[in-house]
Amino acid sequence: MRREIHQNLVKRNGHGGQNGHAMPELPPFAQRPAPHRPEKEFPLETVLADDGSADLSRLHLPAERLVSLYRLMVLNRLLDERMIQLQRQGRIGFYIGSIGEEATVLGAAAAMADQDWIFPCYREHGAALLRGLPLQRFLCDLLGNSGDLMLGHQMPCHEAFAAGRFASISSPIATQIPQAVGAGWAARIKGDDMVPLVYFGEGATSANDFHTGLNFAGVRKVPVVFVCRNNGWAISVPRERQTAAVTFAEKALGYGMRGERVDGNDLLAVYEATRLARARAHAGEGPTLIECVTYRMEGHSTSDDPRAYRAPELVEPWRKKDPILRLKAHLAWRGLLSEADDAALREQAQAEILAAMREAEALPPKPPLESLFQGVYAEPLWQQREQLEELRAAVDADPRAARLREEG
Amino acid sequence: MPTMNVIQAVNDALRTEMRRDANVVVLGEDVGRFGGVFRATQGLHDEFGADRVIDTPLAEGGIIGTAVGMALYGLRPVPEIQFADFIFPAMDQLVNEVAKYRYRSGGQYACPMVIRSPYGGGIRGGHYHSQSPEAHFIHTAGLKVVVPSNPYDAKGLLISAIRDPDPVLFFEPKRVYRAAKGEVPEGEYEIPLGQARVTREGSQITVIAWGAMWHEADQAVREAAEAGLDCELLDLRSLQPLDVDAIERSVRKTGRAVIVHEAPRTCGFGAELSALIQERCFLSLEAPITRVTGFDTPFPYTLEAEYLPRAPRILRALREVAAF
Ligand SMILES: Cc1ncc(C[n+]2csc(CCOP(=O)(O)OP(=O)(O)O)c2C)c(N)n1
Repeated sequence: MRREIHQNLVKRNGHGGQNGHAMPELPPFAQRPAPHRPEKEFPLETVLADDGSADLSRLHLPAERLVSLYRLMVLNRLLDERMIQLQRQGRIGFYIGSIGEEATVLGAAAAMADQDWIFPCYREHGAALLRGLPLQRFLCDLLGNSGDLMLGHQMPCHEAFAAGRFASISSPIATQIPQAVGAGWAARIKGDDMVPLVYFGEGATSANDFHTGLNFAGVRKVPVVFVCRNNGWAISVPRERQTAAVTFAEKALGYGMRGERVDGNDLLAVYEATRLARARAHAGEGPTLIECVTYRMEGHSTSDDPRAYRAPELVEPWRKKDPILRLKAHLAWRGLLSEADDAALREQAQAEILAAMREAEALPPKPPLESLFQGVYAEPLWQQREQLEELRAAVDADPRAARLREEG
Repeated sequence: MPTMNVIQAVNDALRTEMRRDANVVVLGEDVGRFGGVFRATQGLHDEFGADRVIDTPLAEGGIIGTAVGMALYGLRPVPEIQFADFIFPAMDQLVNEVAKYRYRSGGQYACPMVIRSPYGGGIRGGHYHSQSPEAHFIHTAGLKVVVPSNPYDAKGLLISAIRDPDPVLFFEPKRVYRAAKGEVPEGEYEIPLGQARVTREGSQITVIAWGAMWHEADQAVREAAEAGLDCELLDLRSLQPLDVDAIERSVRKTGRAVIVHEAPRTCGFGAELSALIQERCFLSLEAPITRVTGFDTPFPYTLEAEYLPRAPRILRALREVAAF
């Protein structure tokens, strides 16, 4: 019986089928060409030309929105630069930013609908600001002070902002990927028009959770948009050591979903790819994996010095492709932004950052002792109530119990 | 004798063993040319090449899973997990595979390896760069767990762990990675697993600690001495196998025990130690066995000093136990 079916299949397909599915006619095994040529099948999509011009028929962003996104990119950049400085001065403990990757972060977030959830990695602070996280709150998070939405529980740059449907950032790589799939699945079960956007670095594509997340989403055509920020590096490990594949976009094929590869330093290209992916997901056509090709211009974080593993020459060519300069050239080309406008907008962004920092630093530096036990469970257990009393007594008896070092 | 910090001692132990035995290989994230985010594998890639000092893709389950295959095939892998907090994606490989391979094959196979990982808080790392997960692994039969507190022990214990026939989790106290310095002999020497060290002799209270918390306990014990309280301090060094004789000997002498660890209290290793002391030293005890530990919360960011069982909290416990 089994043999018969098999032979029928062989007859129908010429060379045997795959689980009963019809396969196209192909030349015999040994002469078959390599299955695909990723650089051809996943060309790097760009909208913005070097001179700032663009095919306006491909634009779906009103001029005003575009200028406001530019402003946010600039704010994001200045914020990152300033926070790296403050970390060096010891005013904040740690920082991880998105210098060079602003177009990927903001272009993708801007293309989603307001009700769509964002599942961030740890460089998407710009997307949190886009979703309305007040700058001053973000700075409180960096300080872990009494104004911190996370109650001082999280490391700097691990914000959560429920009011903006911005999920909680986790350090463990790739955990957010299947979670985003679950949220999209839930929205479909409930009949809601909600498509989650999930960000991750190219290093994350090696993690089990990447495979699990994309596989689940592919199998059930879950509405979700996967954005891989291919910035070339996972700390010291270059992208060639994460995958032998030519592109990250082609990984989509193995999960039965659509893959796209876009110029991640081109806000318009990222926006367009994400907009289309969202529309397809909404229409029931399933998920898309978008590889945004960009570059990590700085160290991994303030804990890292890239000179130990990366030749500075490698970074140079990317300076010309700076996403902010490219969008600025485009705005100038369309007469939407003058040099004077740009200078004014930068000055305003600097002033905003300084004012927010002043406000944040004026707040008490530590949340109250009980915050240590808050949120472990919805209600504290007896152990935690006892331990809070124990801690209070210890700190009252000897204030050194609340300091990390004797002198501190 | 050269003076080294803990990272240098670990690096020296790896180099010593890699020179001695061509089967020893190191693998993990960023361990290659970069030499690891804490620089523990610095220079090894240059000396031993990319085949023995392997930068892996970002996947802890993959790191431990491939290490199993390497060990089965006769290599002696020393995988690094960049932070102990990131060991959990490898939990299935560790708990169901590494720990049980010898047992489930009736002893036909074994997968000896040493999983090195920096652990612990006090470095402003929040809950994903601060945890002390030793209890999960002590609770898993088939795994050994070692936690050095100083450079001399780090080198001698790591060499023993690499030569050990069983899989060993080797948790390195990153809070004192650079701060703890000491003389470290050149070349090979072993500190057998399963031997605690009495770092201070005393008659009134036995204080038990390991890793970074040994330093807090040491300070508390010194301050106690100034206040006229004579404590004995044990650095366990190896949690599994455990030197239960050393604990028993000391507690029989002092009649009092204080256990210090930074992991949360509930089901922390202190609970097991407390049970063992109660079972073995019941008639010698003159006060309740007391635990000074991290609290039952995730590791916090801002209030980490409050969370950690620092010397002032330990001292307070010593006073209470003495006065009982
Ligand atoms: C499970 C896990 N393992 C290791 C780490 C340590 N780590 C933090 S970031 C990072 C590299 C991530 O690279 P990538 O995914 O490419 O993101 P990028 O930082 O480039 O944005 C590593 C190894 C981690 N956070 N989580």
